[in-house]
Amino acid sequence: MMAAAVTASRPVGRTTRVSGRRNATLLGLLAWLFGVLFFLPFAWMVLTSLHSESAAATNPPSIGAGLTLQGYREFFGAGTGVSPWPPLINSLTASVASTLLVLLLSIPAAYALSIRPVRKWTDVMFFFLSTKMLPAVAGLLPIYLIAQNAGMLDDIWLLVILYTSMNLPIAVWMMRSFLAEVPKELLEAASIDGAGLATILVRIVAPVAMPGIAATALISFIFSWNELLFARVLTGVVAGTAPVFLTGFVTSQGLFLAKVCAAAVCISVPVLVAGFAAQDKLVQGLSLGAVK
Amino acid sequence: MSTTSITGHPSRVSRSAEPGARRAAGRPRGAWSRRAPLLPALVFMIVVTQLPFVGTLVISFMRWNALDPGDRGFGGLSNYTAAFEDPALRSSIETTVLLTAAVVLVSLLLGLVLALLLDRRFRGRGIVRTMLITPFLVVPAASALLWKHAIYNASYGLLNGTLTWLWSLFGGAHPPQPDWLSSTPLLAVEASLIWQWTPFMMLILLAGLQSRPIDVVEAARVDGASTWQVFRYLTFPHLRRYLELAALLGSIYVVQNFDAVFTLTSGGLGTANLPYTVYQTFYQGHDYGQASAEGVLVVICTILLATFALRTVSSLFREES
Repeated sequence: MMAAAVTASRPVGRTTRVSGRRNATLLGLLAWLFGVLFFLPFAWMVLTSLHSESAAATNPPSIGAGLTLQGYREFFGAGTGVSPWPPLINSLTASVASTLLVLLLSIPAAYALSIRPVRKWTDVMFFFLSTKMLPAVAGLLPIYLIAQNAGMLDDIWLLVILYTSMNLPIAVWMMRSFLAEVPKELLEAASIDGAGLATILVRIVAPVAMPGIAATALISFIFSWNELLFARVLTGVVAGTAPVFLTGFVTSQGLFLAKVCAAAVCISVPVLVAGFAAQDKLVQGLSLGAVK
Repeated sequence: MSTTSITGHPSRVSRSAEPGARRAAGRPRGAWSRRAPLLPALVFMIVVTQLPFVGTLVISFMRWNALDPGDRGFGGLSNYTAAFEDPALRSSIETTVLLTAAVVLVSLLLGLVLALLLDRRFRGRGIVRTMLITPFLVVPAASALLWKHAIYNASYGLLNGTLTWLWSLFGGAHPPQPDWLSSTPLLAVEASLIWQWTPFMMLILLAGLQSRPIDVVEAARVDGASTWQVFRYLTFPHLRRYLELAALLGSIYVVQNFDAVFTLTSGGLGTANLPYTVYQTFYQGHDYGQASAEGVLVVICTILLATFALRTVSSLFREES
């Protein structure tokens, strides 16, 4: 009623306003419908993980019957003797270490591509991006052979190096656009005061670009945590990561649907938590910092 | 469209840009202090990505099967001719193209619709956005397992379970129970990848929408522009480079997809794409020479995509300089 009274005083006709409002409600509902639809498979995974094996594998599906935490207990090694901790720790090591390395390499590089740009900086940018277009499989065999000769097969530090190379190009692109935002006056003032590169980076660039650094770190972490191909080919018993453990979980124990879903949920949790917590940074980061 | 306006190689763009950079080139010492922060990243990338590829290139001309170590040597083009005569490789090239095109186009379109919906104010927008992001955050290996076992499974998957439930509502005794993974394997892989990549496209396009100058849109509305006209003449042109960026990044990742093909079908029933085929030749066939030749072919295919994509992206720089 109130809405109608307000709109009546405006030049726009009452009927178009009301139908516009109805459209807005319908579009909101449509958005909700899509949201639920896209969330459904994940919700189904969580629900299945909470069922007993017999209740999980029924047709039509059971929703509330046979709920148990047995799948999670078994994922954490109860009754199977297979501990998920070594692969989880491997994944954490590889993701965190490579993310740190990515930041360490990409921030100075981005500095040289934006704040005091080198000649032909666009060419360098394209070189970085073009390495993303060299498919991972194209270098897999030599890397495997070199690792074999160097005794680095099944070594988590090999993955750290490879994940760094996987995420560095995107990180350079993202960091460059974030650093381009740092006010030039600040930098000039600092260098007149005699600050060196390290001081400028730590004292001036880092604080201003912090949200961008966080976004870069987040995306690098997600892609490293999720990687499967390199981990599968180059690791084995000792250095296997969580995704490798997950795929092996099915083949070595036959199919236990609830337990596999519990494992899938557990392994996805770190990325889900990080991603939900930093949605805005994720948006900004994925557009390679192109949002002003 | 933007590619037609860019006439040359990316380097031409840079030559005309940055007069300051050219001035610095006159002072060699200054140039080196500029380059120094860049070098660690550059050297690292060259050593870790370019050198292995050179290795792949060399091995692709060798006879080298790990199961037959005595017969190692120069093989000329034999690996390439063998690769081209292999019908499996030809079909995997086809699969890669189909898979990438379908997944990127559909998820780009869906992502655009979702971004436009989310750009409006409505009750619970934050919750809907969180729900929509979820597929992108679930570990790909986990989501592939989820689709294979909990959704597509013919006897207890969610799809057939829902069919059974719907049929029982109307008293039907014999609901259809298709085996999704064997009757429509490629479509099944594509559906799971579209689910996974639509949020990625949506996030990029949403960022684009939110960076749109709102006063221009309001001015247009005051002048009586319809919703469609605002989209066609204001939103879409602004969004174009975000669409291009989303398509570029999406294709880079989807072309290289391994997890879904490996987990869902193990490359069976015509779903083996190039990365999976290379993996199989190398990891199961132990034919290093052949695998390398296939790897080189993958690169040649991607270069075609890359040339197009790089020219497209250089519009990002043109706008800046």
